[in-house]
Amino acid sequence: MSPEEMLLDPLRLAAEAEPERIQPQRRIHAAEQPGQGPVVPPVRTIVLDRAPLPAPPPSERASVRTQLAGAGPERLRLEEVSIDYGPKQAVKSVSLSIHQGEVLALIGPSGCGKTTLLRTLNRLTELTPSASRAGRIMLDGEDIHELPDTTLRGRVAMVFQQPNPFPMSIFDNVAFALREQSRKRPRRRELEPQVIEALRRAGLYEEVRDNLDGPALRLSGGQQQRLCIARAIAPRPEVLLMDEPCSALDPISTKTIEKLIGELRRDLAVVVVTHNLAQAHRIADKVAFMYLGDLIEYGSTAQVFDEPRATRTRDYVGGAFG
Amino acid sequence: MSVSSPYGIRLRPPMKSGPGRRSSPLHWRWTDRLALAFAWIAGLGLCAIAAAIVLYMGYRGVQYLRPSLLVSRPEVSLSQSGSGGFLDPVLGTLMLTAIGIVLAAPLAIGSALWIAEYGRPTWLARIVESSIEVVAGTPDIVIALFGLAIFQLPLLAPFSFTASGGGVFGRSFLAAGSMMSLIALPPLFTATRDGLQAVPDHMREAAFALGKTKIATIRAVLLPSVRSNIATGVTLGISRIIGDTAIVVFLLGDTPRLEPQGSAPVTGLLRGTGSTLTSYVFDNSPAGEGGAPQKAYAAAFVLIVFVLGLNLLVDRIGRSHADANGLNVAGAVV
Ligand SMILES: Nc1ncnc2c1ncn2[C@@H]1O[C@H](COP(=O)(O)OP(=O)(O)OP(=O)(O)O)[C@@H](O)[C@H]1O
Ligand SMILES: [Mg+2]
Repeated sequence: MSPEEMLLDPLRLAAEAEPERIQPQRRIHAAEQPGQGPVVPPVRTIVLDRAPLPAPPPSERASVRTQLAGAGPERLRLEEVSIDYGPKQAVKSVSLSIHQGEVLALIGPSGCGKTTLLRTLNRLTELTPSASRAGRIMLDGEDIHELPDTTLRGRVAMVFQQPNPFPMSIFDNVAFALREQSRKRPRRRELEPQVIEALRRAGLYEEVRDNLDGPALRLSGGQQQRLCIARAIAPRPEVLLMDEPCSALDPISTKTIEKLIGELRRDLAVVVVTHNLAQAHRIADKVAFMYLGDLIEYGSTAQVFDEPRATRTRDYVGGAFG
Repeated sequence: MSVSSPYGIRLRPPMKSGPGRRSSPLHWRWTDRLALAFAWIAGLGLCAIAAAIVLYMGYRGVQYLRPSLLVSRPEVSLSQSGSGGFLDPVLGTLMLTAIGIVLAAPLAIGSALWIAEYGRPTWLARIVESSIEVVAGTPDIVIALFGLAIFQLPLLAPFSFTASGGGVFGRSFLAAGSMMSLIALPPLFTATRDGLQAVPDHMREAAFALGKTKIATIRAVLLPSVRSNIATGVTLGISRIIGDTAIVVFLLGDTPRLEPQGSAPVTGLLRGTGSTLTSYVFDNSPAGEGGAPQKAYAAAFVLIVFVLGLNLLVDRIGRSHADANGLNVAGAVV
């Protein structure tokens, strides 16, 4: 499959996305939002040693992506989010909007706050005692800090850099994600369809169908990572966060997972942190470039890569394809 | 040996190539060479000592151990031939070990979980860890003496052997077992805590990220991950209990036979007195009353077989668990 096909296939799928997945209240809320398009973040004053380039006519690819981005409702909205670790400011007043049906890639040099920002979206930063936060994060119009953390994390799932299946069987890894806290253990028979569905969506089912009770840690790294994705999407979250999901994997597993991300965005909003600019270019609809905690640039993939507004962005992405 | 390739590079035959060339110790500094020699001698020397113990005890054991000794009860007698077997000490060892571990395991695992997963406030965590270190460093005879003081309190009379006049002797399987749990606790605690601390944080976060609470994470992810560490800790604890003599002499009464207190079947035994293989070995050796040195050797052999067998068993359990979960596959996360 050529990269072009990989891109187009999910587009068609997104167009066919079932409308009933958008619940009525959320639709009402979405209607109240004035601008349905991407939120333009307040661009921070950054030293530009050159005037921004005039916007060239959008390339064909860019316009395709823009159409797609418009298709989904807004899921997450960040308003002036700042994160401090003690005296150190790791994320500085970032505003962003994340839509269903699109993949947002967070890029930037090491230590610029990508992981911190990502972990704030499901409130994992709260586990760090020194971390403090300012600003608001809205999930479907609700402040995520008003939600119980367990509820929020059921709706905003996460995949980590290291594949980290639990020391149990493949089936139980996914079933564990589906079991409610307080309720009685549902029987295996009840969970089985959901588990299989999640494994199938993660593109793993065919490889493990005969070995569902085998230990998850026996899988290869790439299979483990897809199991982690299955585990994360099994409870049908609205947003999927991924922190360098392919950095521990070989090129073939990486390709499988990139393809998977393209398919998943049909009914999810996906945020991917990546150091691999070519990967960001392949999989993302929107790109946010961070530098030393600042959100320097946020826009469609084509715009950020082809016509970056800021010099820093140009320098950073220039290294990738220059 | 070498094959020349079409490119003119001389290749070694692929299957036979050994490890690559390494620097020879002959070129090292003399202090480094001395250290290397010492390391070899120390390692080999320890092997020799361990082999000597096992072989000597094996020899004596084969010489004196008769199966009948394991199933017959000790008799009070002045002659070696009339002193019976050591069924009661074997049972005593097993019971005491079971009581000690049953009491120690929840305490040790619970406090390890608290230290590794909660551990706040920090000053309290530090106090807990140092307390366990103090217990670990206390000689068993001091623990035994302390236990005697505790169990002789009239309040605790129901737990131990009480004379008909109402005198509390503070001696029973319960008294000895609870002090044994103190000496089994530190290794079990340390093994569990170290295991938990070795679980990478992103494993916990992966469970949190699924909306799981901390307690659910501990139950479903952390405890299964450290199961083999707990098994190791339990073995270490059991070896310490099996090998201890001071607590047996102080708190178990060191009566040759199991002497139940009262007529209730289980609680009677728990409140009663008895002896273990270690105290039996001591009592019958030339260092003790010296009544039956051959039986002391036979019992010592059984003791060694117990400990070795136990190590093997728990090792096997830990390994098969790791196998079943793929934990020991190279490159696995845990
Ligand atoms: N737990 C923490 N305590 C204190 N400072 C932290 C902590 N985690 C991250 N930081 C700091 O916050 C800044 C942002 O870190 P973050 O991990 O978000 O960077 P990143 O963009 O993900 O980098 P990388 O690409 O290397 O993963 C860094 O300067 C880092 O030193
Ligand atoms: Mg990071």
